[in-house]
This record gives sequence, C-alpha cells and structure tokens, in this order.
Amino acid sequence: MARNIIDKIWDAHVVKNHQEGPDIFAIDVMLLHEVTSPQAFAELRQRGLEVFQSDRLFSTVDHSIPTDLNRENPNDPLAKEQIETLRKNVAQNDIAFFDINSGNQGIVHVIGPEQGITQPGMTLVCGDSHTSTHGAFGALAFGVGTSEVGHVLGTGCILQKKPKTMRVNFQGLPPANVFSKDVIMALIQALGVDGANGYCLEYSGKWIEGLSMEGRMTLCNMSIECGARAGLVAPDDCTFAYLKGKPYAPKGPLWDQAIEAWSSLVTDEGASFDREIDLDLSNLKPMISWGTNPEQCLDIGGSIPQLGDLPEAKRVAGKKALDYMGFEQNQEIAGIPIQWAFLGSCTNGRIEDLRIAAQLIKGKKVHQGVTFYVVPGSEQVEAQAQQEGLTDIFKEAGAVVRKPGCSMCIGMNSDKVPEGDRCISTSNRNFIGRQGTGSYTHLASPATVTISAINGKITAAS
Amino acid sequence: MKAFDKLSSRAICLPLKDVDTDMIIPAQHLTSTSREGFGKNLFERLRAASSDFIFNHKQAQGAKILISGANFGCGSSREHAVWALMDFGIRAIIAPSFSDIFANNAAKNGLLLIRLDTDQVSQLDKQLCDFAGTLTIELEKQTLMTSGGARYSFDIDGFNKERLLKGMDDLDYLVAHKDIIKEFKSRQTIFLNKDAS
Repeated sequence: MARNIIDKIWDAHVVKNHQEGPDIFAIDVMLLHEVTSPQAFAELRQRGLEVFQSDRLFSTVDHSIPTDLNRENPNDPLAKEQIETLRKNVAQNDIAFFDINSGNQGIVHVIGPEQGITQPGMTLVCGDSHTSTHGAFGALAFGVGTSEVGHVLGTGCILQKKPKTMRVNFQGLPPANVFSKDVIMALIQALGVDGANGYCLEYSGKWIEGLSMEGRMTLCNMSIECGARAGLVAPDDCTFAYLKGKPYAPKGPLWDQAIEAWSSLVTDEGASFDREIDLDLSNLKPMISWGTNPEQCLDIGGSIPQLGDLPEAKRVAGKKALDYMGFEQNQEIAGIPIQWAFLGSCTNGRIEDLRIAAQLIKGKKVHQGVTFYVVPGSEQVEAQAQQEGLTDIFKEAGAVVRKPGCSMCIGMNSDKVPEGDRCISTSNRNFIGRQGTGSYTHLASPATVTISAINGKITAAS
Repeated sequence: MKAFDKLSSRAICLPLKDVDTDMIIPAQHLTSTSREGFGKNLFERLRAASSDFIFNHKQAQGAKILISGANFGCGSSREHAVWALMDFGIRAIIAPSFSDIFANNAAKNGLLLIRLDTDQVSQLDKQLCDFAGTLTIELEKQTLMTSGGARYSFDIDGFNKERLLKGMDDLDYLVAHKDIIKEFKSRQTIFLNKDAS
C-alpha cells in the first residue's frame, strides 16, 4: 500500500502497538542540553536505572551559556551549576559532549546536522520544541519534555500516539528577496499558531527541491510555531551531499548502504495525508511579525491589521498585542525605529545566514543607536565565518559578534533586550518578554534584519 | 505520581487564548536543576504587570482548577510550565484545546487536562469567575459539576484516564518492556559512524 514518508518512519519505529493508548516508540538519537536534562538524570538515579545506549546520546551547552568571553565562568551561579551538572552527568554516563572551546559546541539544532548525527529516517528527540529543525534531513524529529528525556535516557523509547499527517504543497518559486524564513512565517500566518496541532508536516514542492539544507532547517525549525511538533522534507541529493564526510555520517560501504536506504524515504505516489494545504510562493513578500505570537505577521509593505478585519476569535489577542507593542490599527510597519537587531538562533544562526547578512552589510555601518548582535549558531559556524572574512565585515560595520549559543532568542543569560527597546530578530518567538521583560520583538529573515539594522528602522530586504 | 480521582475546588478563570509556556514560566527561571519551587514564579510577568491579575488574588491561593482559552501551553517544550502550575497547586486545567507537547508533559505529571467546547468553557467561566462557587471534577465518571448545579461531561482517552486514576508511571511501564525494546533495537540498522570522535 502506498505510504507517505511520515508513516514509513513511524511504522519502522513502533516497538509495541497499543490499540487504545500510545505506542512504545523507539527513539534512535537524543540530543541533550543543560536546561531540560538535569531533572531527567536525577530521576534515573533515584530509580537506580542505568543509561540505555549512551552511544545514541549527544550533548552540548547552549541555552544558558554566556556568549561573551566570560563563558568559562558564568556570572549566574544557577546557570553555572546547571552547566556543571550536565558536564558531570555526561561524563559519568559516557555520553558524547561538545563542550565550549572544543571547536564543536553550539546550539543543539545547529551541531546535530554539522556533526552528521542527524540522518534521514531517524527518530530524534531533544528537550526543546525546535527539535523539529532536524526534519530538514528527512528525520522524524520533535521536542519532548523532561520526563520524556528521562524515558529515552532509561529505555531508548517513549510512549507516543501516532500523529496525523499534513502535506504542505508549496507552489511556484518566491522572489529573490524572499527567504525560507519569510515562507515559514507566511505559512504560520495562514495556519495560525494552533493550526497544525496534532499533525506532523511534510513540506514539498518545486521550491523545496532547490532549497539549501540551511533553508530547509529554517523551514522545519518553525513548524512548532503553527503547533506541529514535527515537520520534514524528504531526503534527496542535496541532503546526501551535505552529510557526506561529516564525522558521524557513515563511511565506506556503509555509506552506500545508507544512501540506498535513505533513497526509499519518499512519499509514495498515491499515498494520502490526513490533510493537504497549498501555499503559493510566487507573490510572497518579505515578512515581519507585528504582534506577540508568530502568526501575527504581515508583509513589510503592508499595514498592521484593523481588528475588525481579523477573524472574531483572534480579535482579543490582536487588541492585546497592539496595546503591548504600542501600535495603532492600520499603522504601516515599515519605517518603525528599532534599537536592537539580532542575527542568530537555531532558526537563523547558520553559515548561510551569516553570509547573506555579511554581503548586505559589507562596507556599510550599523545605524547609530542600534546594537546589532551577531551570534553564530556554533563554534564551527564561528570558525567558518572568521575564515571567510565575515566576522571582520560585521565588526567593521559596527556589529557586536558574540560567542555561540541561544543568546537573545531566549534571554536565559545576560543577552537581553532592555525594557522599552524594540528588536528586529531572526529568532522564532515574539512572545511577550521572550527577549527580556518589557522588550518588543519583530521576527524577520536575516536579510531584513540586516537591512533594518543599517537603516535603524524596519526595512524590507530588497 | 499522585493518583487523581475526585477534586473539588474554586477555579481560577484566565480567559486567554494561546497561553504560552514563556508566559507560564519565563526562561530566566529555567536554570534550576530541580523540579520544585517553580510555583513562586508562575505567570511572573503578568503578576508583576498588574496587581489585578487573577493569580495575584488572595483566593487564587489554594485553588486547584484553572479555566483558560484554546491552545493552552503552546510554545516552548519546557516541562517547567507543568511543574510551576502544579507547584502552585493546580491539579486540573479546563480549556477548549491544549498544545501537544504541553499535553504530553501534563500526562507525565498527573495534571488532568479537560477539553470542553468553547461554549461550555465560557459558560463555566461565567459561573465561576471571581472565585464564585466551586467545581467538582470526577475523573472516574468523567463529569464536572458546579456548586450551582450545572453538570458537564468530558472525554478523555482510556489510557490517559487509567494512568491518572492509578497514578501510573510511564517510565515503570517502559522499563517493564525492556526485553522487547532491546530485541527491537538489536534488529535496527543505524548508520551513525561509530568511529567518530
């Protein structure tokens, strides 16, 4: 029977089917970081359980690690303890750890792919909702809570009900100033923040075929912002070329065997999905968020909506967002002054993102009154950016280049937008206070963020 | 995990859609390595922004039921959101819908989530707002009853119900299946390079 790619991966990982409840579902790989793992390790110890298959576990520090030069010795005693706890836990259990200054540390969702750990057909989880990023490789990857981190640590499995499936058919090709980030924001706007609750998405269409792995990662990364725990792209030659030669990618005869297996991971002709939607990309424009959740966005040439034009169920949230952000209905969004710009995060902290930004800012200056943080997603990205001269370009323009980590996307360390300041950001969430109490966030693509940083005001990538 | 059977309490009504986990517990409080003590930072920003915020009300202290809007618990996967709610004393949440990861996390901690349609939630909201009256939840019978006498029934999947009623633990269940898990995993082909350092 014809099956879609999600069903294929799902079926291959059901250890025990349960008619009424969740299946016992095998997890191939888990990524760990300092924030959502300490309680899971503690639970295991309490129960006297051993770590199961430690060679399928990989860890790093990203969320609370400072991104300044003092990251060896974080000022926050709690963050320091959390980081030390992870170091202890992984050392005791013989778990691979990409520590700071190893050359391989970074945001979990940047380093998994970089190391070749993320592979097609895998099931991969992490205690982080943006684990959907790894779907770019044709893996079934999703975020789990800390209890489930413990389940995987102890048994390599979780209890999971099969998700519904949705295919997103992208039609046409977007204009040159429209990036993967703009596309996913347009999709979230169309579906709403809960539009894909209960679903796993497959992204498909001609645009995807020509999209880089970095672009695919940005796309899959924000699947969770429309409620989908996972979103994926079928693996193809672009995927294989990216993986070849990466440390954890298979070598020699195993590589050929892998390619053969991975090549079968496509949706069969005639296979069905629980739901299909189309999104035409040909007229898409650069996007920006105006409100306090990721569906509240618009094309930068447009105006903030009239509340009356929003569906009735969205008006209360719309009014609250307008009040918080300090906007009027119908106000144009282009030209609004910003004080901060942030390039980084698991959404847009990869080398391609830095290249796009550097090309735009080369020979120009960050606007007076704007602080532009450039935070590479990993130490590999950082090294590559230095080697390509991108770091120098950013510094000459007056941007502040930081060490790798989640940084201003989540504001768990000192990287925060001050109260009352407005930030244009390549990150993934514009929730109230996410970047710092009393701050205002506008999500956009790296190109739009960079041009806005130069102009000192919200400006669409051209 | 504590078993859940019957619960009677006044309710906290928070008629907001898309309550996200950043709202429930801001990220700066996630640096703890324990599961306890998050209740004091529950809804911290909303509590700081207005003394009228419902969770600042005296009668919110000790309330065990929360009534809220659709897509409750969206955003970050942080289980700390469930821990914070439970640490505050919440044992059940009633809303039209919940985000997937939040619902999973709730189930693992014995926090009962009840889905009612939007109209029913607003009816409850009207009857119970400002801490008027109490609500009784009977999980075994899958019913809700207000002190005013209004009755509702709710759906819950059988597995989840049993898990809550018995205070059953997922990890124990998984560990009990370790033999078949090991056997399954030994048959799998994984392409991770073993010699990577």
